[in-house]
Amino acid sequence: MLKDITLGQYFPMNSVVHRMDARYKIIITLLFLVMLFWGQHLTSLIAGFLFVILATVCSKIPPKMLMKSIKPIVPILIVTGCLNLFLLEGGETYFAWKFIKITEQGVQTSAFMLVRICLLIAGTSLLTYTTSPIVLTDAIESLLSPLKKLKMPVHELAMMMTIALRFIPTLIEETDKIMAAQKARGADMESGSLVQRAQALIPILIPLFVSAFRRAEELALAMECRCYHGGEGRTRLRELKSGLRDYVALGITLLMFAAVIVLNILLH
Amino acid sequence: MPILEAKNLTYTYSIGSPFEKTAIDHIDLQIEQGEFVGIIGHTGSGKSTLMQMMNGLLKPTDGTVLLEGKDIWAKGADRRAVRFAVGLVFQYPEYQLFEETVYKDIAFGPKNMGLDEKEIDRRVRETAEAVGLSEELLEKPPYALSGGQKRRVAIAGVMAMEPKVLILDEPTAGLDPMGRTTILTQLAAYQKRTGCTVMLVSHSMEDVAKYVSKLLVLSHAKIVCFDTPSNVFARGAALEEMGLALPQITRVFHALRERGIDFPDEVYTVKYGAELLRKALAERGVGAC
Repeated sequence: MLKDITLGQYFPMNSVVHRMDARYKIIITLLFLVMLFWGQHLTSLIAGFLFVILATVCSKIPPKMLMKSIKPIVPILIVTGCLNLFLLEGGETYFAWKFIKITEQGVQTSAFMLVRICLLIAGTSLLTYTTSPIVLTDAIESLLSPLKKLKMPVHELAMMMTIALRFIPTLIEETDKIMAAQKARGADMESGSLVQRAQALIPILIPLFVSAFRRAEELALAMECRCYHGGEGRTRLRELKSGLRDYVALGITLLMFAAVIVLNILLH
Repeated sequence: MPILEAKNLTYTYSIGSPFEKTAIDHIDLQIEQGEFVGIIGHTGSGKSTLMQMMNGLLKPTDGTVLLEGKDIWAKGADRRAVRFAVGLVFQYPEYQLFEETVYKDIAFGPKNMGLDEKEIDRRVRETAEAVGLSEELLEKPPYALSGGQKRRVAIAGVMAMEPKVLILDEPTAGLDPMGRTTILTQLAAYQKRTGCTVMLVSHSMEDVAKYVSKLLVLSHAKIVCFDTPSNVFARGAALEEMGLALPQITRVFHALRERGIDFPDEVYTVKYGAELLRKALAERGVGAC
């Protein structure tokens, strides 16, 4: 059951987007996000939408997977949509009953908000679907490396992130196993009051923490045995390399970004 | 009526994703009351998946599991009761210990069954004895125990539910030869005394051959054979092709047969093998040893 979590899950495929340099993918995603929230006009949303469609087609990720990534935030969408819809006032009033008032401004803003959030999730999901977590942290390290001059422990932070990401699936698997084992002994996690359910977590959390600590100790020892001593002088097995497709992708994104800025200026 | 029965059972992991994999592929299986079944198969042959379907932890993609003739996934069936009736000991069960004391951990299962204090106490002490844990260990925290002791605490925790069917997934994995023999001997004694049905998953023929009354061989999500050990080992070559090593003693006798000595082809315990050898030597007039 825990295996169904898609957050940050890599979806291995052989596509142009998968082969792109992860650094460029991160930069493009950031530009895309800024563009989404900068764009004040409908056209910029359409541009963002087209961008997501283009990226999805190029990455060969089934659209179903994107839908799956949006599903968990549906409650947030509903709340945001309702708040904007009912609380904002301005323009023509479409509907009024007692204290509830739906106005032009409210409808517009809430629609904008919903589309923006969906595109945001879809865009960032595409990044994590097409980039394995390890490569992603490598790219982040590479992008942040100028900060080393300011004595920021960039390599250590990246290593911590890599380890954390590396162990998420392991710990999920472990949790699944422990849950199954306690269920086999009659542990009941699905019914009872809130207090009872919280108590039912103890037989799962304690073994999980114990195993996490054990793993951490073993990992530290294994790293020590292989003479790990931080980032200095370390080379990589997989070097990040940029090529034509990265420049093209960045070019397209920059063009779109420029177009959105121009539209903002022209239409205001 | 078989105590546990699988009909057309199938399980597929991650349907619709690139990781889709059928772990169990339309199998039929009948386990009779009181049998000691060994289940062998190499890694990834579907052993663990099959076990988890037997006590209702995994819902089959297709097919049914019948416990004493009743479908465990039928509408309104009590799955918790199924889990108490079919006790499952997972691989490396010692990682699931969580209570402050060994006693409390063994009592976790019986407590979930809603038994009274007295009955729980009886079961904890009885099972602790069955797996060879001494009285004074019961009040110790599980983390203070050795690996083999922890393993036995975990096994006792499932035994204490007094299930009708006890399933153990590789209970001897990672133990030294002494620990392996101890656990398997205790298990065989427990089975004999209580008369319950035991299913023992292993990838080591050596381990299971001595104790079980029937062997189930799985390969690539299907059942290859389900028969008495002697009949299974008689098909030695086929098993070795599947990457399953036969017990050493069986291999020795197969080699002797190939050299033209007339031995039966289903020798799988050292005791029986020694007997045969002695007889053969006596026939040839070589002094008995």
